Amino acid sequence: MARIRLFVPLIIFLVLAALLYLGLGRDPRELPSALVDRPVPVFALPALGDDRPLDQTLFRGSPRLLNVWATWCGACRDEHPFLVELARAGVPIVGLDYKDDPAAARRWLADMGDPYQEVIVDREGRLGLDLGVYGAPETYVIDAAGVIRYRHVGVLNAQVWRERIEPVYRQWQTP
Amino acid sequence: MKRPRLVLAAALSALLSWWSPGAAAVEIHDFASAAEQERYRVLIEELRCPQCQNQNLAASDAPIAVDLRTEVLRLLREGKSDTEIIDFLVGRYGDFVLYRPRWQPATYLLWLGPGALLIAAGLTVVLVVRRQRRAPPKAVLDGAARATLTRLLDENDDNSAGDRR
Repeated sequence: MARIRLFVPLIIFLVLAALLYLGLGRDPRELPSALVDRPVPVFALPALGDDRPLDQTLFRGSPRLLNVWATWCGACRDEHPFLVELARAGVPIVGLDYKDDPAAARRWLADMGDPYQEVIVDREGRLGLDLGVYGAPETYVIDAAGVIRYRHVGVLNAQVWRERIEPVYRQWQTP
Repeated sequence: MKRPRLVLAAALSALLSWWSPGAAAVEIHDFASAAEQERYRVLIEELRCPQCQNQNLAASDAPIAVDLRTEVLRLLREGKSDTEIIDFLVGRYGDFVLYRPRWQPATYLLWLGPGALLIAAGLTVVLVVRRQRRAPPKAVLDGAARATLTRLLDENDDNSAGDRR
């Protein structure tokens, strides 16, 4: 019994070390989203290009991605080619042009290709705020009922798509 | 000697004031009352910036912090209570924005942990001390060991006596 007690400090140390080691591998920038499993916030914003009014019913019918981007966002430039590729493969993507100049956004899409079914213009960042956006790019998976199922903060590339987003997207594609 | 020290103190205090939180909020707002201003100040100091982590809204220059400060003020002016404003932000950005975690099942350990650890440590110390006091004096020497010890001590005495001489 006394023998075992001798090892208690060592055991405490090992448990603590293991916890701290696990903590090292975690990305502190990844915040758990408050909006996962909640419907897309109510909004009424114009579409890029023709100013048609859009609202949250845009996300009804089939699952799709919502990609938050802006022309001032460097990382968005990095992920854009992959979005174009995804769109070509048939993945429906809605864009949210976040706190941006619509003219610049139109030029960007003309130059680099337009992967979006629809681009919501959020000049003031109101919808971004309701979504809890704190930096572009961000990508959400939204199911056929308009409920947010996943959120990825940061660049969407082939690896992120394969490992994290595609499984969720596929899951909600066939309910 | 005095002057360099003064310069150093001035440099240090300049550095400190530069780093101090609250110094970075740059927008100028007109407040309806001192009470409103005070509530705004307390709120933006207690809310955390989601972008530049480990800074509160008051200290951060990130665009999102500017937006959230504006939002806090807008909600204040709409007559929302502090709790409503905090709920609004938590609903969008999660518990992360709170520098003062809420009292809920997920945070019981956080709130109670340090106290519990302190009490446990205190109890351990009390127990150990008591047990040692109560324990009978250990290490009773048997005859042979006592004889050896006496011999060694005597030899030592002789030696040191010799040194002194």
